[in-house]
Amino acid sequence: MAALTEEQTMIKDQAQAWVTEQAPVAKFRAMRDSGVEQGFQVETWQAMVDMGWTGIIVPEQYGGSDLGYLTFGIVLEETGKHLTASPLLASALVGASALLLGGTEAQKQAWLPKVVDGSEILTLAVDEGPRHAPNVIALRAEKTADGFSLTGRKTMVLEGGAATTLIVATRTSGSAGDAGGITVFLLPADTAGISRQVLKTADSRGYANIDFEGVIVGEDAILGELDQGAGLLTDILDRGRAGLAAEMLGTAAQAFAMNLDYLKTRVQFGQVIGAFQALGHRAAILFSEMELARSCVEAALQGIDGEVPSQAQLCSLSKCQAGAFLHHMSNELIQIHGGIGMTDDFDAGFYLKRARAVEGAYGNQAFHRNRYAQLLNF
Amino acid sequence: MVELSDEQEAFRQSVRTWLDENFPPRLKGKGAELLGYGEYTGPLQDDASLWQQRLGGKGWGTPTWPSQYGGGGLDHIQTKILHEEMNRIGAFNPIIVLAGMGVTMVGPTILEYGTEDQKIRHLPPMCRGEIRWCLGYSEPNAGSDLASLATKAEDQGDSWVVNGQKVWTSGADISQWCGALVRTDSKAKKRNGISFLMLKMDQPGIETRPIKLIAGASPFCETFFTDARADKTDMLGNLNDGWSVGKRLLQHERASQTGVRNTGGGKSEALQDMAKRYVGADAEGRLDDADLRLRLANHLMDAQAHGLTISRIAAEARGNVEVSASASILKNSATHVAQTQSELTLELMGHSGLGWEGEGFNDAELATVRNWLSGKAMSIYGGSFEVQNNIISKNILGLPENTQKG
Repeated sequence: MAALTEEQTMIKDQAQAWVTEQAPVAKFRAMRDSGVEQGFQVETWQAMVDMGWTGIIVPEQYGGSDLGYLTFGIVLEETGKHLTASPLLASALVGASALLLGGTEAQKQAWLPKVVDGSEILTLAVDEGPRHAPNVIALRAEKTADGFSLTGRKTMVLEGGAATTLIVATRTSGSAGDAGGITVFLLPADTAGISRQVLKTADSRGYANIDFEGVIVGEDAILGELDQGAGLLTDILDRGRAGLAAEMLGTAAQAFAMNLDYLKTRVQFGQVIGAFQALGHRAAILFSEMELARSCVEAALQGIDGEVPSQAQLCSLSKCQAGAFLHHMSNELIQIHGGIGMTDDFDAGFYLKRARAVEGAYGNQAFHRNRYAQLLNF
Repeated sequence: MVELSDEQEAFRQSVRTWLDENFPPRLKGKGAELLGYGEYTGPLQDDASLWQQRLGGKGWGTPTWPSQYGGGGLDHIQTKILHEEMNRIGAFNPIIVLAGMGVTMVGPTILEYGTEDQKIRHLPPMCRGEIRWCLGYSEPNAGSDLASLATKAEDQGDSWVVNGQKVWTSGADISQWCGALVRTDSKAKKRNGISFLMLKMDQPGIETRPIKLIAGASPFCETFFTDARADKTDMLGNLNDGWSVGKRLLQHERASQTGVRNTGGGKSEALQDMAKRYVGADAEGRLDDADLRLRLANHLMDAQAHGLTISRIAAEARGNVEVSASASILKNSATHVAQTQSELTLELMGHSGLGWEGEGFNDAELATVRNWLSGKAMSIYGGSFEVQNNIISKNILGLPENTQKG
């Protein structure tokens, strides 16, 4: 763990206690079994709002506490440990970041207090196909007499069913693949012409495909600059990546703890299986990977807080290393537990399913290795 | 970034002034070239000796050691400032290299376990880079299972008489002193009958034979002890407590192996730039080998993760960088990064990375193949990759010993 301030330590302790007592994996299991369509329970979300987590990166004048991204990451790590389902990341981190980075004063005043009090749930709609590919956005926003008309499809939108406000990356000029011509819009999710298809995914969380058919918005719905939204989109995504990586680290850390516990209690051949060197070494290697991944996750969050020049690189590093570790860890979670790990009654499967879902979100390892190379100019 | 106090800023200024006055500018960035073989080579040796005297006289070759034993008496922040200022002007620390295993391992262990007399006798010459130390640990039949070592020391009144054989003693042929683990009680359980002795290498009872390795050089020796003698006052720590002394020394060794090799002084070409030079790039500037490109990116990410972990552990300790439990993690990670770097360098050079000597290959190419080969030792020495994983699983994760027989 990074050297934390007193306040951060307090928030970490509070988050840890709340998640363990009020939102453990059993709660997630109950939510899945109940078939709740939006992929989270309202009371869980409300409790997060009440604890002030929705305002962690929001400045005080908009009702937040302005504690920064590392603090947000500390909370997300704890929710990640128990797979606590909520729109916290999509709305209070990604949504709030979009407004902070690209919003006019009027937009900030209109939306941020509602993000903080939970009355609005924001999400970013970026991908249009089966893979994360923000460089080939094709959803058209055609200029009309007094605004724009949006037509196209967004896929696998995080919390897409529950979101009340959409942040949509569109193409206002040029063609898919061009760096210019991207514009980001912010619009109510119930605007005429929007239809949503809620998806049932392996990780039982909230996603939707969203269709736009001649959705009319005014110029005041633009976030940032017309045609110049690519940089803004990248910066929003990077914050999402760093936050998601913190959540993934928590998920993997919990999987590691479950494995370690099993290694110390499961007896075969007359001794606990952790005494076998073959398994002890695997635990040692996973632990080392976890330590390295943690450094990357924290460096990215601190890099955003400190506005360091290399933050894009750090965010890709963080998402990639957390993704690689969680991938490996989630497979080992099943393998080490053997048959019990395959049963639905045991929680291991939840971690494995969640691992793959978050791995692809905002770019998988291959995406970020490619981007890292691009950033280093090779 | 840690904010420096006024006092620390003033210290930085004084370091800068001292370096300006004392570091011979001709040596700038020449550390690796001068000391690549562990001893001075090349035409700048006089300047190098002068620099060694000045740095050693100031105690800054061993900046954190107490000044009464020849060290610099600096705290960790001051040490960091000193290193930053030295790096800035391409200055290097020859003493750490010239002392062999002295500054990084034997010295810190003497500081912890030594008597006052031992500290006064052994530390100041180490701080001046005058005495090189080697280590007598491994034996032909005691590698990873070090505690089964058989080299014996017998009490003969005023001295210990040593018989046996050590192997992988780095630099034994050019060292003046050896720190050796020897068996002083053959009846006790194997870890309880070992002591740590300090022996003068220049005596008739010690013979060294360099071992030629796959990279062509002979950095290690076989060392034979035939009625070799050590003074009674040269036992470090208590009789039969050598295992704890020796283990502590290995922790210092791991701590010294947690960084990725930095040849000191001048900056070398970034690996990705070298890759583009050998492999070429497409119209968009991407390396012309998609597979190598992603593996290279992956390696650079691993290297950055390693560097960030060193910084994070230092920050968590709030500047008090002690030998920590994480040394095993960092040693394995440093090794992985360095070995992968060598493999990638060799691969990107293609045929040019296979030169052994002579014409047709440049110096960097010839060095690459040697580094690649010698680097294979990194996951073997100082506790192999597997031994580090034993340490992590038992000491950090608390997994039990295997109790199964057969």
